[in-house]
Amino acid sequence: MSNTPLLSTRGLTCRFGGLTAVDRVDFDVRPGQVHAILGPNGAGKSTLINLLSGELRPSEGEIHYRQHPIHGLPAHRVARLGIGRSHQKTNIFPRLSCLENCRLAARIHLGGVIASWRSRAAARQVDERAEQALATCLLTHRASTPASAMSYGEQRQLQIAMVLATAPTLMLLDEPLAGMGREETSRVTGLLRALRDDYTLVLIEHDMDSVFALAEQITVMVDGRVLETGTTAAIRGSEKVRDVYLGRHQQEQA
Amino acid sequence: MLHRYPKRVPIIMLALTVLLVFYPLWGPVLIGDGSDFFLEKLTLMLILGLFAMSLDLLVGVVGLVSLGHALFFGLAGYTLALASPSYSAASLWWMMPLVMLVSALAALVIGALVLRTRGIFFIMTTLAFGQMLYYLVSDASFTGGSDGVFIMFKPTLAIGELTLIDLESPLQFFYFVMGMTLLTYLFLHWLIRSYFGQVLDGIHDNEHRMQALGYATYGYKLAAFVISGVLAGVAGMLAAMQYGFANPAQLGWHLSGEVLMMVILGGMGTLFGPLLGAFAYELLHYAFEHLTLYWQLLMGLTIILIVLVLPKGLAGLILDPPRLRLPRVGVGGLLRPRPAASTKARLGLAGHHKHEEG
Repeated sequence: MSNTPLLSTRGLTCRFGGLTAVDRVDFDVRPGQVHAILGPNGAGKSTLINLLSGELRPSEGEIHYRQHPIHGLPAHRVARLGIGRSHQKTNIFPRLSCLENCRLAARIHLGGVIASWRSRAAARQVDERAEQALATCLLTHRASTPASAMSYGEQRQLQIAMVLATAPTLMLLDEPLAGMGREETSRVTGLLRALRDDYTLVLIEHDMDSVFALAEQITVMVDGRVLETGTTAAIRGSEKVRDVYLGRHQQEQA
Repeated sequence: MLHRYPKRVPIIMLALTVLLVFYPLWGPVLIGDGSDFFLEKLTLMLILGLFAMSLDLLVGVVGLVSLGHALFFGLAGYTLALASPSYSAASLWWMMPLVMLVSALAALVIGALVLRTRGIFFIMTTLAFGQMLYYLVSDASFTGGSDGVFIMFKPTLAIGELTLIDLESPLQFFYFVMGMTLLTYLFLHWLIRSYFGQVLDGIHDNEHRMQALGYATYGYKLAAFVISGVLAGVAGMLAAMQYGFANPAQLGWHLSGEVLMMVILGGMGTLFGPLLGAFAYELLHYAFEHLTLYWQLLMGLTIILIVLVLPKGLAGLILDPPRLRLPRVGVGGLLRPRPAASTKARLGLAGHHKHEEG
C-alpha cells in the first residue's frame, strides 16, 4: 500500500458564526482503505464530510486530493475529480426509476447530456455503468421501479448505487446504515465490504459493530477536533477514546 | 412533475386542437356576427398559450419563479417593430431569426445575473429587470415613449414571389399561430423528457444533490432560461404582429403576473396545463369584461377559488379527475375502498414528501 495519502487535510477549520464545527483537523486517507469517522452527535463529522465534498467552504486550512489543493472548489468540480458522496438523509429522485437515478449519476461523468445526445455509444456506456452499479448494490430486480415506491432500505442502497455510478475513486458515505433494520443493516454492511476492494471509503457511522467489521482506520472526533486516529485495533484499545466516546456510548446504551 | 400521462391527456388535447382547426366551420354558425372578432381572440389565446408554456419551463420544470417574463415578450415586439422598414413589409425569414437572436442574447445576459440569486431574490431581480426595460421604452424617444411603435405592414412569409402564408389574413394568421404553438408544445414536450429535461427536473427536486453528483447546475439553469426567453420572444413577436404595434404594456410586470397566473391556473410543470390555463384565463377575462365594469374583482375571486379547489390547476383535474362517489348497487358497495389509483397516489406522495424533508 502506498504511503502517500489520497486525501489529506491540514488545519481544516469551519466556523458558523461563533461556533467552530470543525477545528484544525488534520486527516489523512490512504488509498484503498476504509476510514471511519466516529464521534458523538455534534462532533463535526458531517461538517467535515461537507468540507471534503465541497458543499461547504472551509474557514481556514487546506484539503489536498492526490496532492492537488481542492479547498474552495465548488461541489460539482469536486465530484468530477472522483470524490463521490452520499448524504445522511435519503436523497434520491423519487419520480425517476431506480435505473434512471443511476443513469443521471453516471451521465455527467461520461460526457454529460450533450455526449449522450450526440453518440449512441456514449448513451450505451451510461446504461452499462448504471446497470453495473445497480447490480453491485443488488437492485437489478428493481431497475424499473420508481424510487419513491421502494422500501427505505432499498432507497439507501440506491443512494450508494448512485455514488457508484459516478465511478468515484473515493467515496464519502454519511451514515449509510442510518435508520435501517437489523436485516437491512447486515445486507448493506455486506455491500460495503464488497466495495472495500475497489474503492477508498470514508465512512461516518454510528453502528459500532459495522464500523469495527469494516474499517481499517478510525478517526475519533469530539467537539470538532480529532481526538485520536489509528487502526481499528488501536482505537478499540485506546483509553482516551474509551473514556470520551465509547464510555459515553455504552452509557447511552445502558 | 409527471413524466407519463394517462392516455386521456393526448386525447383531450387532440380533440381541442381539432375543435380549433375547424373553428371557421362552427364559429359563424354558433357565434354569428362576432365570429371574426372571436377568431382574433382565439389567436391571442394561442399566442398567450405559447407564452405560458415558455414560462412553465422555468416555473414548473426548473422551479424558478420569474416575475419578469414579459420582458422577452415585449422586447421581441419592439425588435420586430423597430427592425421592420416603415413603408414595406419585412420578411419573416429574417425577422424570426432576428427576434430569436435578440431574445436569446437578452436572456443570456439577464439570466447570467438573476440566476446568481435564489428564491424571493430571484423573483425580485427578474421583476427589477422587467421594470428597467419597461421604463426605458416608456421614456425613450426611439421607442415612441408610452405610445409605442406601430408596425404598418405585417411581415410576409414568401419564397421569391410566392406567398406561403398571407399573414395579413386573420384566418391564415390564426393557422400560422396555431402551427407555432403546436411546434412549441412538441419541442418542449420532447425537451422535458430528454436527458436535459431530467437534469432540470433533478435541479427542481434537489439542486444540492445534483451538484454532489457532479452537475454544474448553473449552466443548465441558464440554458433553460435562454430557451424559455427565446420562446417567450416568439410569442411576443406573434402578439406584436397581431396587434400591429409594440407597446410598453407588453413588457410590464402586469403581463408577467398574468402569464404566471395562467401557468398556475393551468397546472405548473405539465405543459399542457399552462396552455389550457391561457385559454381559461382569457375566456374568463372576456366573459367578466362583458358582465361588469369591475371585472378584475370577479377575476381575482374566481382565480382564488380555482386555486383553492384545484391546487394542481386544470391539469390536475384531467390527470386525477375527482371521482363521484355514488353508492354502487349491491351489498358492500358503499364500503368498498377505492383501489389501485389511490394507492399509487399515496406512494407517489409519500415518496415526494420524504424527499422534501431531506
